[in-house]
Amino acid sequence: MQKNHLTALFFTVFVCFGAINAWASDPKKKGDTPDDRKSEVSAYVKHHNLDTHDFGLFSYTDDQGHHHSVGFPLPVILWSDGLHVFSSSALHHGEEVVASGDKFFKLDAHTYKIYETDAEGTFSYDDKHHVTNVAPLDFSITKSVFMIMVVSVLLFWIFSSLAKSYAQNRSIPKGVGRFFEPIVLYIRDDIAIPNIGEEKYQKYMPYLLTVFFFIWFLNLFGLTPLGINVTGNIAVTTALAIITFLLTNLTGTKDYWKHIFDPLGHGMPWAAKIPLYIILIPIEVLGIFIKPFSLLIRLYANMQAGHIVLGSLLGLIYIFQNWIAGPLGFGLSFAISLIELLVALLQAYIFTMLSALYFGFASESHDHAVEHDGEVQHL
Amino acid sequence: MEKLLGEFSVGLFFWQTLLFVALILLLKKFAWKPILDAVNEREQGIKDALDSAEQAKQEMANLQADNEKLLKEARAERDAMIKEARDIKNKMINDAKEEAKGEADKMVAQAQAAIESEKKAAIADLKNQVASLSLEIAEKVVRENLSSDDKQQKLVKNLLDDSSLN
Repeated sequence: MQKNHLTALFFTVFVCFGAINAWASDPKKKGDTPDDRKSEVSAYVKHHNLDTHDFGLFSYTDDQGHHHSVGFPLPVILWSDGLHVFSSSALHHGEEVVASGDKFFKLDAHTYKIYETDAEGTFSYDDKHHVTNVAPLDFSITKSVFMIMVVSVLLFWIFSSLAKSYAQNRSIPKGVGRFFEPIVLYIRDDIAIPNIGEEKYQKYMPYLLTVFFFIWFLNLFGLTPLGINVTGNIAVTTALAIITFLLTNLTGTKDYWKHIFDPLGHGMPWAAKIPLYIILIPIEVLGIFIKPFSLLIRLYANMQAGHIVLGSLLGLIYIFQNWIAGPLGFGLSFAISLIELLVALLQAYIFTMLSALYFGFASESHDHAVEHDGEVQHL
Repeated sequence: MEKLLGEFSVGLFFWQTLLFVALILLLKKFAWKPILDAVNEREQGIKDALDSAEQAKQEMANLQADNEKLLKEARAERDAMIKEARDIKNKMINDAKEEAKGEADKMVAQAQAAIESEKKAAIADLKNQVASLSLEIAEKVVRENLSSDDKQQKLVKNLLDDSSLN
């Protein structure tokens, strides 16, 4: 738990700075009325949760009212009748058009998406104020991709060095391994084995361990005030859920499929089963897709909601600007960030746990199926 | 839903999938497999150590039982030997006693026999002495008594009286 304490400490310090920044920034330049500030905070929180093409560390508004962002650029990789690669600094946060090859690209500052434009960078909008320009295929190394890389390297470094320390140290963990080994064992003994079973859990272990630490680490990074929101991004959770879906169905045993397409088993004549199966089989088939879908929505919604709540509470300080809202907003956001610290772990646990449960369904052997049928009949 | 789809970035999905699958494969090879193997090996080692400890304990118990048995046997043997020794001792004492008693009886009998014969000899001797004494006395008495006729006649008469009484 030492690490968590450290993380919490870091976070407290960051929140303090964030609060002071918000407190100190001069609101009179842009919006004087609370409504202006409200919409500004709302937009800020919304943008804070979006993926961006550069890595922004912080931003400020100078005395002249110019907005400055401090960070570092990341490579933009686009595919539109050929490959277009340039640094995200060329986009200037959507203020300038980038010419690459015979194409022109511009960033839409509201959605942080890159569109193809003409040389002047004009956007055309539909009646709902959505950009209708052609969007190139965007394979940029965005902030989220960058963080995925950072976390991947971090995980690889931590766990390969743990593995090495075992080889050198007669299988006794030391240092950071003392913290991580119980978690690895917990995932094996309390998530994988009870859900999947003693015989078959081993082939799912690499995925379960990786997905747990990957989600947990990214969730923790999401609690830093760097605007990292990888696990709160629908594309990331979709990718994770699809892997769970594929692993579940590709390793599904005969009994698993039988359970879906013949859930009532031998106990009933076919004539009686057919009318029931008209309803049951579509439900079971739908269930195959709903299970991973619930995984992706749960993780996405929890992390996204946490970020919005934290951002909004900090925004309260900025909106009300008085001596009550300041400490209150700070206190509440501190409390919420403590809860978020728990949620970060909890969501990683739930994703891993449910994945293991689905793998358990997929790899159930005949014995289990019989037991299960028995239960159903009792019910 | 429209907002969700609008937020969905194909590029991010692509990179996430690619990087994550690569991460799984790399970690599987360089981290999870060695870690889980090491942990399993360690657990197996602990299990083996516990088993062998249990076995050693069992052996120890067996050994102790054997010792107990040996001790018991030895004790029984000792008791038997002591009993035997006691019996022998008693027998020896009894034999000695009997022998001594026989010897003593014999000696007593011999002593008695000797005493008897001595007594007889003494009695015989005494009788002889008494007889000779009596003769001497009788001679003296007779000589005295027969110094006068009266006395002689009186004597004869007494003798005759006695004889007649007989």
